[in-house]
Amino acid sequence: MKRLLLALALLIATPVLAVQPDEVLPDPAMEARARDISQGLRCLVCRNENIDESNATLAKDLRLLVRERLVAGDTNDEVVDYVVDRYGEFVLLKPTMNGANKVLWIAGPVMLILALGIGISFIRRRGQESEVVPELTDEEKTRLESLMQE
Amino acid sequence: MLVELGHFALVMAFFVALAQTVLPLWGAQSGNRAMMAVGEPAAMIQLVLIAFSFGALTYAFVTSDFSLKVVVENSHTLKPMLYKVSGVWGNHEGSMLLWVLILALFGGAAALFGGNLPATLRARVIGVQGSIGVAFLAFILFTSNPFLRLAMPPMNGDDLNPLLQDPGLAFHPPFLYLGYVGLSMTFSFAVAALLEGRVDAAWGRWVRPWTLAAWVFLTIGIGLGSWWAYYELGWGGFWFWDPVENASLMPWLFAAALLHSAIVVEKRETLKSWTILLAIMAFGFSLIGTFLVRSGVITSVHAFANDPERGVFILLILAIFMGGALLLFTIRANAMQAKGVFSLVSRESALVINNILLAVSSFVVFIGTIWPLIAEAFWGRKLSVGAPFFNAAFTPFFVALAILLPIGAILPWKRARMGATVKKLIPSMVLAFAVLGLIWSIQTEKTLLGPVGIALGTWLLAGAVQDLLLRTGKTVNLGRLTRLPRADWGRLLAHGGLGITMAGIAGLTAWTVEDIRVVQVGETFEVAGYTIALEKVERAQGPNYITTMATMSVFEGDKKVATLHPEKRNYPVAQMPTTEAGIDNGFLRDVYLVIGDVQSNGGWAVRTYIKPLANWIWGGTIIMAFGGLLSLTDRRYRVGVGARKAHGAAKGVPAE
Repeated sequence: MKRLLLALALLIATPVLAVQPDEVLPDPAMEARARDISQGLRCLVCRNENIDESNATLAKDLRLLVRERLVAGDTNDEVVDYVVDRYGEFVLLKPTMNGANKVLWIAGPVMLILALGIGISFIRRRGQESEVVPELTDEEKTRLESLMQE
Repeated sequence: MLVELGHFALVMAFFVALAQTVLPLWGAQSGNRAMMAVGEPAAMIQLVLIAFSFGALTYAFVTSDFSLKVVVENSHTLKPMLYKVSGVWGNHEGSMLLWVLILALFGGAAALFGGNLPATLRARVIGVQGSIGVAFLAFILFTSNPFLRLAMPPMNGDDLNPLLQDPGLAFHPPFLYLGYVGLSMTFSFAVAALLEGRVDAAWGRWVRPWTLAAWVFLTIGIGLGSWWAYYELGWGGFWFWDPVENASLMPWLFAAALLHSAIVVEKRETLKSWTILLAIMAFGFSLIGTFLVRSGVITSVHAFANDPERGVFILLILAIFMGGALLLFTIRANAMQAKGVFSLVSRESALVINNILLAVSSFVVFIGTIWPLIAEAFWGRKLSVGAPFFNAAFTPFFVALAILLPIGAILPWKRARMGATVKKLIPSMVLAFAVLGLIWSIQTEKTLLGPVGIALGTWLLAGAVQDLLLRTGKTVNLGRLTRLPRADWGRLLAHGGLGITMAGIAGLTAWTVEDIRVVQVGETFEVAGYTIALEKVERAQGPNYITTMATMSVFEGDKKVATLHPEKRNYPVAQMPTTEAGIDNGFLRDVYLVIGDVQSNGGWAVRTYIKPLANWIWGGTIIMAFGGLLSLTDRRYRVGVGARKAHGAAKGVPAE
């Protein structure tokens, strides 16, 4: 019984859901915007979780902050900038395209173009060459010559 | 006592692996048959020793031997037997032991079934496989010994992470490791071929079953992990672009590319050096994955070992094996002359495109995964790369792949006419566009993702079916379907399965309906046409947890669809809560219920999701894996078949 009581106390103390019913904004359109923004913001104390999914207290605070800013009339970008100003770009799950991050964003397309270039030049070469017939060894050549002379 | 014997067996295995590496490789180089012959028995002995060692550790877990450090840290007497056993690999040390066990298993399989390989190639394959064993056995013995005893054994253990106490996750790691480590076989074949200095059609045929097996295991492992995340993490996500998930996706993509390029080597004797490079890279990415997970350089949801010493050791292994193999590759690549000639429009070209898309998409995943490290190291920027980046940067590659796949699959070898090929696929195209239009018109919110994703899935599936039908001859002959080789059926299932998975991902992502509210016991509410009643909430005791279990009924109109029991569990020993969602699985949708905390007014926080096409994701994955399996059993690819042929053909050629 004692254990059960202890466990009950633990149960009540541990939040398990991410977005709580009391956090949800009355305006569905604004709530949808809040959800959208939340999914791009990282829960700073978690591992690779956005604040929308996270159970951490900090994530809850951030969710409320996002909603506060929206209610205050901020646009989505303004809300995100507000959070980034306070927590740094670590909070963004989608990295910006500033500075060195350009490399990250263009790495895929550049690699693809390079690979296609190499691939196509390889294919063209394969198309121009004639089928490789195994060359005759010297021994075979002399034998062939002797056969031809016969 | 058994524990010490297990430890001793592991040390012995290290020395056997050393012999298995040095003697056959040396023998193959110097033409010494006696030394080459050491390989097979050594591989078998290594397997037996590691199996014994693994058995000893399993015994310690099963009997809750708390004098062992890993057992204390990861087990508990109250834990169900299944999780006592899965606890063996639910931690860093034990999972590494499983890793080398599977490595030895593949080495043993190569020794057992490699009888038809040319003697020097066989000796080299087994030798290279042995060298990987040496590296990882040393890693275990020096940095991650599971057999460490405690001077003062506690009365009970700390329990396994409750999230891992789940049937789906119990078997997730063994399958993943079978995949990762299976790629060591293709690596060994690639390095052996480089040492031999020749790659021919027979080599392509030998390496294919191993790649296929590794790919099938990886597919199942990734599918299990994703399914687990879906029902266990409490909000129905299925892929998080977590570094550890990326670590398994990268080798999967490379294995898929390798499977296809090995076909070109086998049928057309071209793309040889590229295939060798892919084989090296595939295992390289397995090792990179191991490094990312074990070193803790990138924090992730399920990294269990954050130890710089281990990280450095694995990095060293990675550097030696990749560096060595790539060096060998640059020296020997020129020796591999391409034979087959093909034009720009041909199946060979299509497979080159397939390889480019798969390899570059894997590269995108790689750079996204390590970018936070690079940005911090070079510019001191602390940043995150999460799901939004990967969704944006990775998805286009798979869209392109899906568009091109059905066309590429039916293009003839050597030289083809695009117009004629595309014309054959008109029925599939019409069907895909019809599906696109239909779904666009019936969906309430006009998003592009759902209709396009499902149209692509339809295109893949219909294209795969047409591919099979075309295989029966110019005029479709259904009677010949049963006589088609299994590899053809395997291709249908693998390509069709990919289509089903893509449709599922698109449907789930586009049309999930979510509802969050406070519900009193006895109250009903409506979500997307379903009426849901919270009937009661009870507290109960499980074997090693305490649960809050709700009973909820789901109605569609007046008809009762399901009674679900979402739970919230608390594991007192590990002091961790978990959610167990109540899910009604359906063909077209899942109803997904989660119970949360009790609220101040006595109601319960309840989350409801309607998740369309959720099961298609894993259904498609299983079909894909089954396709691979079917192809694996094709008579043409049974290990050794190619070898006999090659031997027969090689008779007239003077010995090298």
